[in-house]
Amino acid sequence: MAPADLLSKNYASWGRYPVACPAAVERLAWRDALPDLGASERPVLAYGQGRSYGDACLNSGGVLLDTDGLDRLIAFDRVTGRVRAEAGVTLAKLLDVLVPAGWFLPVTPGTKFVSLGGAIANDVHGKNHHIAGTFGRFVTAMELVRSDGQRLLLTPSGEHDDLFRATIGGLGLTGLITWAEFQAIPIPSDQIAVTRTRFRSLPEFLALAGAAADQPYTVAWIDALSPAGRGLFMQGHHAPGGLPAPSRFRQKLAAPFDVPSGTLNALTVRAFNAVYYHAQRRDVARSQTHYEPFFYPLDAVGNWNRIYGRRGFLQYQCVVPFADGVAVTEALLAAISAAGAASFLAVLKTFGDVPSPGLLSFPRPGITLALDLPHRGPETLALVRRLNAIAIEAGGALYPAKDAVMSPAQFRASYPDWEAFGAHVDPKFSSSFWRRVTASES
Amino acid sequence: MPRLTVRRLLVVGATSRIAHETCRRFAAEGASFVLAARDPAKLDAVAADLLAHGAALAEPFLLDATDYDRHPALLDAAVAHLGRIDAVLVAHGLLPDQAKAERSVEAMRYAFEVNATSVLALLTPVAAYFEAERRGLIAVLSSVAGDRGRRENYVYGAAKAAVTRFLEGLRVRLAPAGVTVLTVKPGPVKTPMTAHLEQGVLFAEPEDVADRIYAAMTRGRDIVHTPSWWRPIMGVLRNLPERVFKRLGL
Ligand SMILES: Cc1cc2nc3c(=O)[nH]c(=O)nc-3n(C[C@H](O)[C@H](O)[C@H](O)COP(=O)(O)OP(=O)(O)OC[C@H]3O[C@@H](n4cnc5c(N)ncnc54)[C@H](O)[C@@H]3O)c2cc1C
Repeated sequence: MAPADLLSKNYASWGRYPVACPAAVERLAWRDALPDLGASERPVLAYGQGRSYGDACLNSGGVLLDTDGLDRLIAFDRVTGRVRAEAGVTLAKLLDVLVPAGWFLPVTPGTKFVSLGGAIANDVHGKNHHIAGTFGRFVTAMELVRSDGQRLLLTPSGEHDDLFRATIGGLGLTGLITWAEFQAIPIPSDQIAVTRTRFRSLPEFLALAGAAADQPYTVAWIDALSPAGRGLFMQGHHAPGGLPAPSRFRQKLAAPFDVPSGTLNALTVRAFNAVYYHAQRRDVARSQTHYEPFFYPLDAVGNWNRIYGRRGFLQYQCVVPFADGVAVTEALLAAISAAGAASFLAVLKTFGDVPSPGLLSFPRPGITLALDLPHRGPETLALVRRLNAIAIEAGGALYPAKDAVMSPAQFRASYPDWEAFGAHVDPKFSSSFWRRVTASES
Repeated sequence: MPRLTVRRLLVVGATSRIAHETCRRFAAEGASFVLAARDPAKLDAVAADLLAHGAALAEPFLLDATDYDRHPALLDAAVAHLGRIDAVLVAHGLLPDQAKAERSVEAMRYAFEVNATSVLALLTPVAAYFEAERRGLIAVLSSVAGDRGRRENYVYGAAKAAVTRFLEGLRVRLAPAGVTVLTVKPGPVKTPMTAHLEQGVLFAEPEDVADRIYAAMTRGRDIVHTPSWWRPIMGVLRNLPERVFKRLGL
C-alpha cells in the first residue's frame, strides 16, 4: 500500500469534482494474489478507470483497490462469442480482440476507456438500450470476492442469484469483482451505417425515435441552449463488409494541460452548438463510418475532460417517464437556458422497457437527458439541484455514475429497491457516493 | 531491413508484465508460445490470456531460472511443442533492495544470479541451438541501469551491465550464422516490479514499451531503448567524466 501511488497516478473521477483523496491505494496485479480485504481498518472500494464523473468511484479517507493490473482475458470462444476476462480489462482492449474475430460488445457506453468491472458496477447502457437493455443483461457469470475472504461464483439464476442482481449496478459496494463472463454479439464488419436527421423540437425527436424503434442504435445530440430542443437524431446499424486485421488503436490527440476556465463561456458554446446543428446541409444525411467515431466520438481526444479547466465540471443525467416526458425535458432545458449555463451538445435518448437484472440499475422506460456543465461554483451546484428536483418531481431518476450532488431523499426516490440492496452491501466496502446518499438528513 | 517471421516463441519470465504485453502482439497474429516462469497460477493466467488473444498454442513450463539443470529440458520442451523456435525472449529478473544488497553478500549474490548469471547460462544452450539452425532471434531484456553504475541501484545495474556486454559479444559471434541478437534497454516501466517506487514522469506504460519491443523484434534490430528518449539521455550520462558524475550523486 504505497502513498507514493497517490503522487504518481491521479485517483480522481472524470469530472474532477468532488475531490476526494483515498488514504491508500492497493494495486491489484493477480487475481490469485489479492490483499486481505478484511484486514483493512478503512473502508475499501474497487477503482476501475475512474470514468465515473462524480464520487461513485471515490473513497475519501479509505482504500482504493486499483484494478488496472487485472487486465487479462481468461477465455474467448470465437465460435460462440462468450468472453471471460478479468474485471480490470478495458472495453478498448476487449474490442481489439473481439472485432477482428467478428464480435462486438453487446452494450457499450460512450467511451471505451472503462473497465469491465466498472461497466457492471454501473450497469452501463448504450445507444441500443431500447432494444438490448443494459450491459448487465449479457453477464453470464462473475466472481465476487467479499471482505470475509469468500470467493463467490455469481450467475443470473444460480445459488447466489440475489447477490448477482445486487452486484449488477451495485456501485462496487457488494465486494470486488475479479472476473466476469459475458455474451458478445456477432457483427459483419467494423463499420456502422448511420442516418442523421435534423429535428426542431422535442415532439419531433420523439416521433423520430418512435419510427426508428427497430434500429439497433439510436441517440440524439441536442442544443441544450435552445429551449425548444433542436438537434440531430442519429440511427445506425452494423453495416455489411469485411473485418479488419488485428490492430491496436492508439490515441492520437490529448489535451495535455488544463485550459483556462474562462475559455468555455456561453458565447463559445452557443457558437459551437449552432455550427454543429447547421453542419449538415440537408435534413437527412446518410453515411458509413468506422465504429470508433460513432460510439466513441470523445475518445479521440484523450483527457478531454481537462478542457473544462481545474475546477472540472458536473455531468448531469436523469431519466423521466414518457408520460410527461416532453414537458419535463422542456422544463429542464428551460432551467439550463435561464441559468445561462454553457453546455456543449447534450445527449437525448429514449430508454426502452427491457428490464435489467440489477437492483439499482439506472435505466428505465422514458426520456434520458445527459449533459456537461462547466463547474463555476455555487451557481452550478444550485442549477444541478434545480434540475434534480424537476426530474424527481416528475417521477424520474438520477444516474449515480454522473452524479455529485443528489440528496439522500433523491437517491431513495430514484432507487426504491435501495433497502433490499443494502442487505447485500459488504460491511468493509463503501464509497464517498454511498456515504453521501445514505447520510441522515437533518 | 527484411521483416523477421516470429511465429514460434520461447519466452522465459513470461509472467513479467513487459514480456506478457509483448507476447500479446504476437498472439494477435496467431503465434505459438512455450512460456516459462516460476508461479503456476500466474503462468496459467498469462497462457489463457494469450490464447484468448489469438495464440495458436501457449504451453506453460514451470521453471526457476536459477535451476540451471533444467535449462536444456526447457529448450527441448520448446522444440518439441513448437517444432522449431523462431525467437527466444528472455525477460525474467528482479529489482533487488539495494540497501539490503549493500549489507548482505547473500542478497547481492542472489540479485546477480537471477539478473545476470541465470540469463547468461540460459543463453548458452539457446545460442548453440540457433547457431546450428543458422537463423533465429534472441531478444533479452537488459536495462538502461546497466549503462552507468548509480548510487541508487548499482547492484541491479552491474548485473544488467554483464548482460549487455555478453549480448554484444554474442551478437558478433552469431551474426555470421544469420542469428539476430536484440538487447532491449527499458527505463523504468509501470509494472508490479516497480509498484512500490515513487513513479514519476520517467516511468513508461508497459503497452508503449511492448510496442517498441515488438517492432524491434520483427525488424531485426540490434538494440532498442524503450522509450526511445532513453538513448540520448544515456548517451550523455555514459559519457560524463567520472569526476563530474560522482558529484551529481545520482
Ligand atoms: C465520455 C463518457 C461517456 C460515457 N457514456 C456513458 C454511457 O453512454 N452510458 C453509461 O451508462 N455510462 C456512460 N459513462 C459512464 C461510465 O460508463 C461509467 O461511469 C463506468 O462505470 C465507468 O467505468 P470505470 O471502469 O471507469 O469505473 P470507475 O468509474 O472507476 O468505477 C465505477 C464504479 O464501478 C465500481 N467498480 C469498478 N471496478 C470494479 C470491480 N472490479 N469490482 C467491483 N466494483 C467495481 C467502482 O467501485 C465504482 O462504484 C460515460 C463516461 C464517460 C467519461
